[in-house]
Amino acid sequence: MSVAERITPEVMLAFYRRLYPFKSIFSWLNQEHTPTRLFTHREFAFTLAGDVYLRYNSFNSADELKKQVCNLNPTRFEIGPVYSARPKDKKVVRPAAFSPKLRELVFDIDMTDYDSIRTCCSEADICKRCWTFISAAVHVLDKGIREQFGYVHLLWVYSGRRGIHLWISDREAMELTDEQRKALVGWMTVIQGGKEMHKKVNVRQGNRPLPPSLGSSLKLLGQVFSDLILGDQDCFSSKEGWESLLALLPQAAAEALDKLCIETRAETSEERWEVLRKIRRTHASPALEAAVEDIILQYTYPRLDAEVSKHRNHLLKAPFCVHPKTGRVCVPVDPATVDQFDPEKVPTVLQLLDELNDVSSMVTGDNGAHHSDWEQTSLKPYVEMLDKHVLAIMNDVRKMKRGVSDYSW
Amino acid sequence: MYTNKEKARPRPAKAASGSGLVQTHSHLKYPHQLNFYDQPPVEDITLEEFETCALSRLRVLGEIESSFARNRSWDELVQITNKQCENHGLKLNASTAISQDLDGERRRDHVGHFVLRLAFCRSEELRRRFVKAEMTLFRVRYESMTDIDEKNQFLQSLELGWEAVTEKELAEYHEHLVAAATSKEVLELTKQKKERYYKVRWTRVPDLIEKRRVFLNAGMAWVPHREIASIIYQEFQTRLDKALQMTAKALPRLDEDTRIIPILDNLSQGFLAGVSSEWGNASSSGNGSEVTADMVDDIARKHYPACMRNLHDCLRRDRHLKHFGRLQYGLFLKACVLGLSIEEALLFWRKSFSNMQDDKFNKEYRYNIRHSYGLEGKRANYAAKSCQQILLSDQPGSSDNHGCPYRHFAPENLQSALLSMYSSQGLTSGDLPEIMHTVKNGHYHVACTRVFEITHSKQVSKGEGIGGGESVTHPNQYVTKSREMEARMQVKDEDVVMG
Repeated sequence: MSVAERITPEVMLAFYRRLYPFKSIFSWLNQEHTPTRLFTHREFAFTLAGDVYLRYNSFNSADELKKQVCNLNPTRFEIGPVYSARPKDKKVVRPAAFSPKLRELVFDIDMTDYDSIRTCCSEADICKRCWTFISAAVHVLDKGIREQFGYVHLLWVYSGRRGIHLWISDREAMELTDEQRKALVGWMTVIQGGKEMHKKVNVRQGNRPLPPSLGSSLKLLGQVFSDLILGDQDCFSSKEGWESLLALLPQAAAEALDKLCIETRAETSEERWEVLRKIRRTHASPALEAAVEDIILQYTYPRLDAEVSKHRNHLLKAPFCVHPKTGRVCVPVDPATVDQFDPEKVPTVLQLLDELNDVSSMVTGDNGAHHSDWEQTSLKPYVEMLDKHVLAIMNDVRKMKRGVSDYSW
Repeated sequence: MYTNKEKARPRPAKAASGSGLVQTHSHLKYPHQLNFYDQPPVEDITLEEFETCALSRLRVLGEIESSFARNRSWDELVQITNKQCENHGLKLNASTAISQDLDGERRRDHVGHFVLRLAFCRSEELRRRFVKAEMTLFRVRYESMTDIDEKNQFLQSLELGWEAVTEKELAEYHEHLVAAATSKEVLELTKQKKERYYKVRWTRVPDLIEKRRVFLNAGMAWVPHREIASIIYQEFQTRLDKALQMTAKALPRLDEDTRIIPILDNLSQGFLAGVSSEWGNASSSGNGSEVTADMVDDIARKHYPACMRNLHDCLRRDRHLKHFGRLQYGLFLKACVLGLSIEEALLFWRKSFSNMQDDKFNKEYRYNIRHSYGLEGKRANYAAKSCQQILLSDQPGSSDNHGCPYRHFAPENLQSALLSMYSSQGLTSGDLPEIMHTVKNGHYHVACTRVFEITHSKQVSKGEGIGGGESVTHPNQYVTKSREMEARMQVKDEDVVMG
């Protein structure tokens, strides 16, 4: 029986009842202990079995949310923006009085966007090797957003299969308008152009140096490039891979490189890159140097799904949901240790329930208070990671409240 | 409209406390050439001033709008806008221009802006268009401001919440700033450590961020002095947008004595249909030549805008026109250059209704025509209908011929009508997509203006409108301009022949 088939509604229901950390999710969204509009006016959308999609749900408390989730037993649920009115009242308020107001700034990086360069897997598959692309992206984005935009409350969440999400809960980030979100995404986006476009990095004017934000990303990505692209993925040994690299270089340099590689029988990516190093000395020009930098960016810079970030009303899967195909739980990821993160070792819902069974068979007389059952499973470190994150947000909010007596709108 | 609290607030004094130039002009109520319109005018304003200030500003804004709709280049737009400002008394002089009535012109500008706010806050669509047009006007004026000192004084008075980057920070991030510089000028100045930088929260300059045109550190965008304009435009837009929404909310509570609302209604309609113009009342002056009934056919063929051409053709075909058609066409013939006298008019209509017995005509139509000339009944001298009136009042019924073809014709019918009317004057089916596009977007007068340009391609080029960048706002204006151009061409041709 495949994993997907073993995740029956009963399994999901047990997961929601006993393991899902509703309290932590509530505090994370609400940013305070007592329910505020950040939670009560927040949209939740449920995906039920058979592709039934229920939008515009909202709840007054964590318990209410849990009750409804257990009631509907969705395969997953998503979190939307804070509206100017309660989403469940959408049909009774004037359309003008119902608009998205606040929302975490979110990013989505999906492995499928790397299909044109990764050589180990394709489409929905992901392995430890291609995770390196994701971890490079996490490093760049995390550093960039913290340093350039000054945001501190960043929560990285594994999406359950082949990607990663980022949720930013800083007050200013919550308040960004769609226009500002679009601008921020524009700042962060480097890889542009579709399949038919060879050169997807066009960020400089002529051969001027890279903008400073990208300059510092480049330093970070240089190492990733030689380890991942040249070493592990060996992107330039195949015919197509080699041709797409040549297409990115100035013509004279590309021809010389191709010729020299044939002469010296350079076959692997590392050998060929070594030859390019020689060409860079013999054909030295600013254009060539710029092209080499752009190549490094094109192969390693984060590929963002921009549409997710641009609009406040975009829904994104809630952390700790279960991916229906893999059974893995969407757990938070610590950016500091993202390199060691192995998507294949993320706890699955089946594994967690097994762990729980083992525990309850040992302890008898349990009379059904299941609230923090997660503490007894391998979900524990992940929930604690979220709780730590929430604590920092709440501290900030408290400090701000002391400074400004009222910032509600 | 504006609350007492606002009224009680004293005029901002901070502006006058600056140094240099401004102090020498501190006696002015409006110390700056430009206005960010943060404070509403609080003195008494006569109803007439209320309306005239708004009207002249509306004309300028209308021209800006049609410039956008017609894809004029920025330079053209600046030129036309400046010219329009001058024509309508909205040119703002620098504070150094001592001979001018600075307070007077700035006050007109101020009052006009706030009246239009009242008129245009009322729907999302109007607000959007108003903000865009106002922002453009502000930008044109800001760009044409030459006195650097005065510019800086003005900027300081805005309190935009930016702080100058210190020398120490400049030195620390020198390399980054050089790498981030996007224009040659800024690059050179930064390299020589001469460029000044300001720190602003990045959310205030989203457009600069999106294009990666600034250095960004810890949420603060470091904007070079030269890019500051972008911040100001953004700020102008945000503030105006917010203020308009506030005004919209307050408007229903306006304690109004029925004098202002009609004016406001009238103004907001002007924006929809192009601004009403004075053409309707202009008496027959023109080139002095009397127009007689039998000349009408010839003029119609050469000079009519589509609405009148349609009426004329219908009249010739059906030998009759229904009431509103007669009214629209009759007043058009009466006014302006055509200046058909009452005798000629009666003759014209009598001949036109050729299927009709004299008896019936005299009974049913003579009075009507004389009435429109102010010779019967209440003897009112009716003005010819402007585009605005034709577009918005007396909507044509199913068997009527009047109205504006650009608005009231089905697209296919409009295309074939335009071709049959104007193909002899150079309109080809290749021109139609562009015209139909503007029609689709509701810019009827722009479409009409474009047709004028095409049919007068010898005299005006694209974007010049009916001369000097003006758009069509009145059928009589269309004819007048067309005839003037023809007359000029004839003079030129004669010159050539003689020379």
